[in-house]
Amino acid sequence: MQDMLTVSHAPHVAGKDNLKSIMLDVIIALLPALLAGCLVFGYRALAVAVVCVLFAVLAEFIWQKLLKKSSTISDLSAVVTGLLLAMNLPAGIPLWIAAIGSVFAIIVVKQFFGGIGHNFMNPALAARAFLLASWSLAMTTWPEPGTAIPLFGGADVVTSATPLALYAEGATELPSYLTLFLGKTGGCIGETSALAILLGGAYLFITKVIRIRVPLIFISTVALGTWIFGGSEGFFSGDWLYQILSGGLMLGAFFMATDYTTTPFTPKGQILFALGCGILTVVIRLWGGYPEGVSYSILLMNIASPLLDKVSAPRRFGYKKTKEVA
Amino acid sequence: MKSVLKPFFNGLLKENPTFVLLLGMCPTLAVTTGVTNAIGMGLSTTAVLICSNIVISLLRNFIPNKIRIASYIVIIAGFVTVVEMLMKAYTPALSQSLGIYIPLIVVNCIILGRAEAFASKNSVFHSALDGVGCGLGFTGALILIASVREILGAGTFAGIPLFGESFQPVSIMILPPGAFLTLGILLAIINSISKKFGQKEGARSDS
Repeated sequence: MQDMLTVSHAPHVAGKDNLKSIMLDVIIALLPALLAGCLVFGYRALAVAVVCVLFAVLAEFIWQKLLKKSSTISDLSAVVTGLLLAMNLPAGIPLWIAAIGSVFAIIVVKQFFGGIGHNFMNPALAARAFLLASWSLAMTTWPEPGTAIPLFGGADVVTSATPLALYAEGATELPSYLTLFLGKTGGCIGETSALAILLGGAYLFITKVIRIRVPLIFISTVALGTWIFGGSEGFFSGDWLYQILSGGLMLGAFFMATDYTTTPFTPKGQILFALGCGILTVVIRLWGGYPEGVSYSILLMNIASPLLDKVSAPRRFGYKKTKEVA
Repeated sequence: MKSVLKPFFNGLLKENPTFVLLLGMCPTLAVTTGVTNAIGMGLSTTAVLICSNIVISLLRNFIPNKIRIASYIVIIAGFVTVVEMLMKAYTPALSQSLGIYIPLIVVNCIILGRAEAFASKNSVFHSALDGVGCGLGFTGALILIASVREILGAGTFAGIPLFGESFQPVSIMILPPGAFLTLGILLAIINSISKKFGQKEGARSDS
């Protein structure tokens, strides 16, 4: 019904895009990363993704049934949230933790604030932060790529450190750039393969779902920051290529920092948003307690988004900027 | 009889300091990591509240208007010192775990709020009842929040384990974010319930 009766300002030009088609594009763009995750970690990665999507959709359906609201599960946004959450989890995570994460993302972060378009931070990332604070051991147990992970009770799985943890510890044997690019390293399901994420990102860019400015500025800020400050032999000696190919930077830059609801909508605001994300990521990676800071940097900038929109509001035609009289 | 008990029920439910007036948020968020802490904090605040309400009500005709806040603080601080010393002497473990939040009762806005809004205008008996009601309302709210947080976040209730060994607690619930999550969700539930009650009462008075 809502699709048929849209009341809006002029101009009344009907585009072919709608919520469902955009969400479908995001799902298609996530498939390469999911496929890469399945190739690296085996069928267990797929199981985590299925559980996340299933519980996200189920949580949304039940919540809207309980509150007697019209169901929005057909717009696929819950599927995207579930899929994004799965991308942010290690492949060996107990399935019940993944399910709780999905329910938290949908109920607490999305529906409590009014459903789609009203959430103030990225549901998948907020759920990841929630899970990391609650079950930090399970959330940082990274299975070794290529080993079989049992469906239930994966306590004795062979584990490996993530590339960023290796780097932070100052390990001598780091994975090569090609390994990082293809993704045969420890890490979350969707973050290991830069190639797969770039493919998905390119699809989003070509279908005009996202603009390139946020991922580009985000990634180049991190590259620049880690190049200047990240080296052990003084300034300008950091291994920036290693930094941008490892961790969740690519995934975050293309899929989370480009979310419509939780990022600024003015161009200037988006540039500031991406810069802020990049700077926070560099600060957390180089000087913070955690080896990885992409998710926290995006969450923090999500909160700053309304402010960025306000300071970057365009000047209306015909108006001159006047100094506010206090 | 009903009018005598009115201040009591007013503080306990209708103007519950935590869930309706949203006063005293600092101890509410900070000490509700366990039910034992919540009971200790709630009861010590109640004791201070009753005593300060009585004394302020007794002195309400003698305190000059211009320095009334300062006078209230002195009276409250006196009782807080008494409670703090008693707790250090008789319940050292609880006093240890509540730490700075016992001395901070001095600046708890529930106590100052009741002194300003109620005790300085009403009789001693009513002020004492108001203190009991508000104090117990605060204690009840703390226990409710602390039960949710302790059961989910540690798997225990007042230190007694509830679940088996295999239970993996939701640690975030006893961390600071858990306090905000719990308080927010409880507030939403209570608001929706009281909204329904309000609608019913409104409908009744209309008919």
